Amino acid sequence: MAKALDYESLNENVKKTAYAVRGELYLRASELQKEGKKIIFTNVGNPHALGQKPLTFPRQVVALCQAPFLLDDPNVGLLFPADAIARAKHYLQLTSGGLGAYSDSRGIPGVRKEVAEFIERRDGYPTDPELIFLTDGASKGVMQMLNAIIRNENDGILVPVPQYPLYSAAITLYGGSLVPYYLEEEANWSLDFNNIRQSIASARSKGITVRAMVIINPGNPTGQCLSEANIRELLRFCFLENLVLLADEVYQQNIYQDERPFISARKILFDMGPPLNKEVQLVSFHTVSKGYWGECGQRGGYFEMTNLSPKTVDEIYKVASISLSPNVPGQIFMGLMVNPPKPGDISYFKFEQESKAIMESLRKRAHIMTDGFNSCRNVVCNFTEGAMYSFPQIRLPARAIEAAKSAGKAPDVLYCLKLLEATGISTVPGSGFGQKEGVFHLRTTILPAEEDMPAIMESFKKFNDAFMEEYEDYRGYSRM
Amino acid sequence: MGSDVTAPVTVESINPKVLKCEYAVRGEIVTHAQRLQQQLQTNPSSLPFDEIIYCNIGNPQSLGQQPITFFREVLALSDHPALLEKPETSILFSSDSIARAQQILSSIPGKATGAYSHSQGIKGLRDAIAEGIAARDGFPANADDIFLTDGASPGVHNMMQLLLRSESDGILCPIPQYPLYSASIALHGGTLVPYYLDEATGWGLEISELKKQLEDARSKGITVRALVVINPGNPTGQVLAEENQKQIVEFCKNEGLVLLADEVYQENIYVDDKKFNSFKKIARSMGYGEEDLPLVSYQSISKGYYGECGKRGGYMEVTGFSSSVREQIYKVASVNLCSNISGQILASLVMNPPKPGDASYESYVAERDGILKSLARRAKALEDALNSLEGVTCNKAEGAMYLFPQVRLPEKAIEAAKEAKKAPDAFYALSLLESTGVVVVPGSGFGQVPGTYHFRCTILPQEDKIPAIISRLTAFHESFLNKYRD
Repeated sequence: MAKALDYESLNENVKKTAYAVRGELYLRASELQKEGKKIIFTNVGNPHALGQKPLTFPRQVVALCQAPFLLDDPNVGLLFPADAIARAKHYLQLTSGGLGAYSDSRGIPGVRKEVAEFIERRDGYPTDPELIFLTDGASKGVMQMLNAIIRNENDGILVPVPQYPLYSAAITLYGGSLVPYYLEEEANWSLDFNNIRQSIASARSKGITVRAMVIINPGNPTGQCLSEANIRELLRFCFLENLVLLADEVYQQNIYQDERPFISARKILFDMGPPLNKEVQLVSFHTVSKGYWGECGQRGGYFEMTNLSPKTVDEIYKVASISLSPNVPGQIFMGLMVNPPKPGDISYFKFEQESKAIMESLRKRAHIMTDGFNSCRNVVCNFTEGAMYSFPQIRLPARAIEAAKSAGKAPDVLYCLKLLEATGISTVPGSGFGQKEGVFHLRTTILPAEEDMPAIMESFKKFNDAFMEEYEDYRGYSRM
Repeated sequence: MGSDVTAPVTVESINPKVLKCEYAVRGEIVTHAQRLQQQLQTNPSSLPFDEIIYCNIGNPQSLGQQPITFFREVLALSDHPALLEKPETSILFSSDSIARAQQILSSIPGKATGAYSHSQGIKGLRDAIAEGIAARDGFPANADDIFLTDGASPGVHNMMQLLLRSESDGILCPIPQYPLYSASIALHGGTLVPYYLDEATGWGLEISELKKQLEDARSKGITVRALVVINPGNPTGQVLAEENQKQIVEFCKNEGLVLLADEVYQENIYVDDKKFNSFKKIARSMGYGEEDLPLVSYQSISKGYYGECGKRGGYMEVTGFSSSVREQIYKVASVNLCSNISGQILASLVMNPPKPGDASYESYVAERDGILKSLARRAKALEDALNSLEGVTCNKAEGAMYLFPQVRLPEKAIEAAKEAKKAPDAFYALSLLESTGVVVVPGSGFGQVPGTYHFRCTILPQEDKIPAIISRLTAFHESFLNKYRD
């Protein structure tokens, strides 16, 4: 009798799914770590794992919400400032029984209202809390939307290359087709509309109905901040081609240059006025995992729907209700993020100090890393304008590519494995994100502590330059 | 140009599996109840009752159940570790909660509770859970077999995703069932193969019925991949006898089925003559090891006496699969990175609570037993009340959190329901809501033998509300029957 569930009888879509962020390199790094090697994990945007401290105020508030009996204790003021106590009471009052009760499947109404107010302050346009759904991290929201859109393998989703591989993984899991559009590395990873038009035409000629388009702004892994002009053209494109725009804006707080501040796709859409503002369907994603909060482990996120019909929203609500509700502490983190301490609040000064320190340091590290990569042989790196990653291009010599082929590995995978073994730096090969044929990258984060950065970049340079020395072919003979 | 074209995402163009799935626990009746609740807020005397009582969902803390103090102390300290450096903390927190928080934090790399963890969950917490499982069952458990999830539900979805390749793949599910299963099967494009629990014998699970349904499905070309067993049952509340469980294990082994054991109510047992036995324990006690039975056991922090629904914590213990299958399970889990850390911590506390001698032990036991005894009393009070109603029979709630009475509806009521385009039990439940403010879920949301009608009511409202609920329910039922008497 054949085994009830063996590899052969698994859902094919599961087998085809890949998620390199926690794939081969990460597993190898974990093995080496178990063997005692010091590993610097730069494979995932996980700030607290690399020493970034949580902001104090939200942790105080959530701790009080976890243990409401503290609020009745006369000594609570010894441990918690008055505004944290007040805020904890505010959130507990918004719940339907504290942190331990399932909330509304869309999230606590009072928190969704705070999110709506934040969006209105940010963009200057009102929004409806009923169209904001809180989720266990933005990823769950992305998966819910893709699951709702994709009917079968003839439904295509336009995805940037390089992309954060949640998108490729989810599209594969749900049985759809990924329609790639290439970002222009030489033009600072900006959108190339000729390429986008070509991609969509090519997909359609194969019988694919292109349903949606993903943009990640600021970009992951590419770190660019899109220009307003780019986003305007994008929205016009979605209007003309009848696509729903999925705007992954989880890095909107992570901006390291002043020329292109973050502007939400929604704001630009409404700036463009009719008919676009009433016709273009848009879903915007945000999270507590990134920004200067970095609260990845809380799993807090939301998506906001624009111009989706009430019936569609109902169906999405229905699916959300099967999972009952997003986790309540994560929802409170979201409320705190969109509604942080204000000038005059007791905790404001410390909160501002902590936040600014993180942002300034991230900006510095973005520069250190970019400059560091650009000083290496055969490495070219666009500046990290936003997000948390550096995505240098590694110009691998022909012999390195051959060596990789013989080892049965993608060339950048081989490079990254060797980098890992030599230096303990755990990165994700560019092939995990997608890249143009014959062009190789790796993704690292800018998250290692500032004081560790110079040594890390030194270590990388040493490895890289030795690698290039070994595989380059000036003298006409093999050094292998 | 764009305005002539229909918007790309409409009900007509979304994934048909999304349209097909249903989840009555938060369905139509609940939406209506919320509307009535809003009406009461603006106009308090506009309805024949002054509050809505939600008996539709197993959400204890929303109805006044208090969390376990020790657990919340540990969570507060874990969420704000800076507290552990302050001397004042020992004034407000018990000494063992401080010690446990320190232990948990030291098992987390960098003590960073805000970081994504290992995709299966923090290793130290999984070790604690494995120890808890071993202590419970008397058979060893492996931390690497445990996948911590945001509640038990995502783990169910993961397995359905792996198992269901097409509509030709089927999953045996109990009828009545908790509709996560029917919804998940629909969402993943598979086929639900029903097996009927026997109401006349306390919702007994007959192997002959399993065999019959399995053969029936196979004859229709369905490949049956797995068997779902909910023990204690939801909505039915029965606790399986050991003999029965052994038969189920044999059945799965012989028929090559994965056993999906939903054991989330394992700590909700209200009768002295029944005990919870995990399916893993039963299988191991029969001498069956990893090679003999693929088994996924689900546990949650939402139920038991802890009732921490809003935290979204739980795990699946995955045993009896090849390493290549386990890699795929891991891979799917990794796409979502990890489950929320607070929920992970709580899962480790639930499986490893205070022990005799711990500073918090006595107060913990008092809180735990207080809740469980109260649940048992409420289960009995509501069961007796339901059985006293004309035309209503209600099996005992041996466990879980629900009562699932059968209501014999008069013909006239069934006709009225047809006219109102509602299932007869939905019609009854809606009338109940409109007369009494009590929200229940119609039996049609769980599945039932055709021609029978039920509703699921939780036992969760606080004890002091139970008499009022019973009297309102009794009055309503009498008037409903009188109205539609044949």
